[in-house]
Amino acid sequence: MRDAGTGPYRAIFAARFLMMLQYRAAALAGIATQFWFGGIMVMALSAFYTEGGGSASITRAEAITYIWLGQAFLGLLPWNVDPEIAVMMRTGNVAYERLRPVDTYFYWFARAMAWRTAATLLRAIPLLLVTSVVFDWVGLGAWSLQPPQSGTALALFLLSMVAVVLLSSALTTLLNISVVWTISGQGINVFTNSLVLILSGMVIPLPLFPDWAHLMLLLQPLAGLVDIPYRIYFAHLSGAEAIAGIALQIFWTMLFIGLGHLCMTRTMRRIQIQGG
Amino acid sequence: MGALGLYGRYAMASIKGQLNYPASFVLLTIGQFLSTIVEFIGIAALFSRFQSLGEWTLAQVALFYGTVNIAFAVADMISRGFDVFGPLFVKTGEFDRLLLRPRATPLQLLGYELRLMRLGRLLQGVLVLAIAVSRLDLAWGLAETALLLAAVAGGVAFFLGLVVLQATLAFWTVESLEVANTLTYGGVAAAQYPLEIYHNWFRQFFTFVVPLSCVAYFPIVGILGIDDPLGAPRWFLYLSPLFGFVFLAMALIAWRLGERRYASTGS
Amino acid sequence: MPQIAVQDLSKTYRVAERRRGLIGAGRGLFSRTHRAVEALKGVSFALDRGELVGIIGPNGAGKSTLIKILCGILMPSSGHCEVDGLVPWDQRIRHVARIGVVFGQRTQLWWDLPVIDSFELLRDIYRVPEVSFRATAETLISLLRIDQLLHRPVRQLSLGQRMRCDIAAALLHSPSILFLDEPTIGLDANSKLALRDFIKHLNRHNGVTVILATHDMQDIGALAERVLIIGHGRILRDGSIAAMRADTPGQRRLVIDFSEDVGDITVEGATVLSRTGRRVAFAFDSRVTAAHTLIGRLTADHDIAELSIEEPTIEELIADFYASHGAVEA
Repeated sequence: MRDAGTGPYRAIFAARFLMMLQYRAAALAGIATQFWFGGIMVMALSAFYTEGGGSASITRAEAITYIWLGQAFLGLLPWNVDPEIAVMMRTGNVAYERLRPVDTYFYWFARAMAWRTAATLLRAIPLLLVTSVVFDWVGLGAWSLQPPQSGTALALFLLSMVAVVLLSSALTTLLNISVVWTISGQGINVFTNSLVLILSGMVIPLPLFPDWAHLMLLLQPLAGLVDIPYRIYFAHLSGAEAIAGIALQIFWTMLFIGLGHLCMTRTMRRIQIQGG
Repeated sequence: MGALGLYGRYAMASIKGQLNYPASFVLLTIGQFLSTIVEFIGIAALFSRFQSLGEWTLAQVALFYGTVNIAFAVADMISRGFDVFGPLFVKTGEFDRLLLRPRATPLQLLGYELRLMRLGRLLQGVLVLAIAVSRLDLAWGLAETALLLAAVAGGVAFFLGLVVLQATLAFWTVESLEVANTLTYGGVAAAQYPLEIYHNWFRQFFTFVVPLSCVAYFPIVGILGIDDPLGAPRWFLYLSPLFGFVFLAMALIAWRLGERRYASTGS
Repeated sequence: MPQIAVQDLSKTYRVAERRRGLIGAGRGLFSRTHRAVEALKGVSFALDRGELVGIIGPNGAGKSTLIKILCGILMPSSGHCEVDGLVPWDQRIRHVARIGVVFGQRTQLWWDLPVIDSFELLRDIYRVPEVSFRATAETLISLLRIDQLLHRPVRQLSLGQRMRCDIAAALLHSPSILFLDEPTIGLDANSKLALRDFIKHLNRHNGVTVILATHDMQDIGALAERVLIIGHGRILRDGSIAAMRADTPGQRRLVIDFSEDVGDITVEGATVLSRTGRRVAFAFDSRVTAAHTLIGRLTADHDIAELSIEEPTIEELIADFYASHGAVEA
């Protein structure tokens, strides 16, 4: 599948990554917004735990951790298309993609991966630091991000996060491909965004959905973006279950990579027909 | 032609322009409907699990949710001129052209564009409101209807006030400060629940500094006909939407100051 | 009673100073020094109803500042300004309802709407009664020949077409004063001529006061009897082109097409202005050296095919004027 040598893919990754790191000011504003939104979700959820009846399989502290992790790694969600692609479509430069001596799909994959990780890195670190350590200092411990359950949990969590990056990049690349196919050049993310938000666990943690839905929610691909890694983090999924979760992530990733690769040939053909 | 008539003209012109791209508009509207309704789905799921939120039921929360979403959607539809004010009017000097017309500049900015796509959130809000009304056992009379309309109107004025304030900043700094987004979108996210569930300092901020609760909480409590858990007297529940208008008026005063500054420093 | 009365108008801008280098940028976060830029210094003049005045000056001289103050979108630092009895900025809405403004580079029409839709929107903004709007619009449309353009969106128009529509748009509410800022910039020769004719007609037949700020000296020559020359924030001259010529009475040009190549030619009593092939332009003062004397000196040594004697072009007049007043471009 891949061309011999990862040189060009690493190059495009590095280029896009560095470019994204320049958007520091926007990142700062974004972080403030995220504290706010995360905070509101945490407060509302706390109210349910405190004042509501019923029961949940995750504790309040775990739910809060889930939410802050979600905010920290928000950049990894496949919810918008690379603006570069839209510009390339408009100007016709997209035809040049075919001229590069690389597998176009993996070229776009590397690009998407760079974009997602760069966007995340800027925000994740301050958010993680503040919501865990600083919150405890200033007495907001009830709302803080808890440390991972154990060393094993942490290790598995990191593995799972790698899978998240790959899964998200595969989905993002599919979205980028859709830009080529839609007339308005917006891609299908207009629709997929709402799906991504709710099915990944960003709106409310998936374990808080009705019990009858749990299996369905776990098996669908988007759970691997948020739900699986964070539950591994606080060992709601542990041991064999955790491994199975990661396997699920990998399975969906391979599926979407395959799908994307298949689409790419036809996509490039379409671009050539349209004249770029 | 008076201000209202002129606004109608602006709106027609903007709609006409957008209807040139019908597919795009329909898709975006549907997309927004979906993006917003997932929030309510989340809330419904939480109620399904936790059964209640203190004294509040799902139908009651739906009333709060629907009202604030409708108010914000309307404000969002008409406020694009203020959203892009800094980059598209101040930075480019296009604001000069607005000053050369014998009309108040806020009116002209309101007329800049009518974002039809925000109908997605509006429809979603109406749907949830309908669910609330059908599930609540309320005597729905004149007072309740008036309160609902007042809450929505006050809410529109309030959210507009926020956007106007953010745009006013552009008179002083070229940096686009998107802080107000935390208050508009954040405000909706917070007020979709009854504000009573939050901590003291949060509620007080959203009552005395930014009067969100006056348009999104108190009037709805009035409609529900219950005693306010926070202890606000009955008459206040009915008068509170006015504070949305007061807030907007203050924002417009700040705007005038900004205009004056623009005129004395040039661009 | 003049329509526009300006007295001792001054405008000083405070411009934040950029600091140099990294350390400067750091300090710049904490404090800013400001530099005062005096854009206008004590400008005074008066215009009567129905005058057509040109305002010229190098870039940075204060032209746009003056226009903006007259339009009411900029407040002066000191001085008085009254237009039709109103103070422009203080009574902005009433004032701008009576003026029309055209910026050469920018259109005021709505980009995506057909031209006629823009016109109707303007009618509503300016509260023009339907009947008078109809009459005015028809006249303007026929005079500016834009009837074929009415249903096209503005973004599809060429520069010349857009300018004609913009001028119509500025006049729909029958203002008594029309401000034009570089109206002919970028237009082809035909369009320029047509536009000048229209402006002249507007001024002569409709009595609209016209204030024309421009770098195009052909515009000035064709239209403006009175010219305000601005330099360094002051009015350097307020008068007519004819008067300027009268000020420098003897300036002449002698343009000769020689029958042969003449190399580095010189002649007593004149300076060489330019040389292109066999055509040489000389500048001389006819009060000092008579034209025929000069011609005689030249024909003594060379064969001449053609010759002509000209007064300086307006460009040259103005350029000389700027130079002598130290008012060259910043």
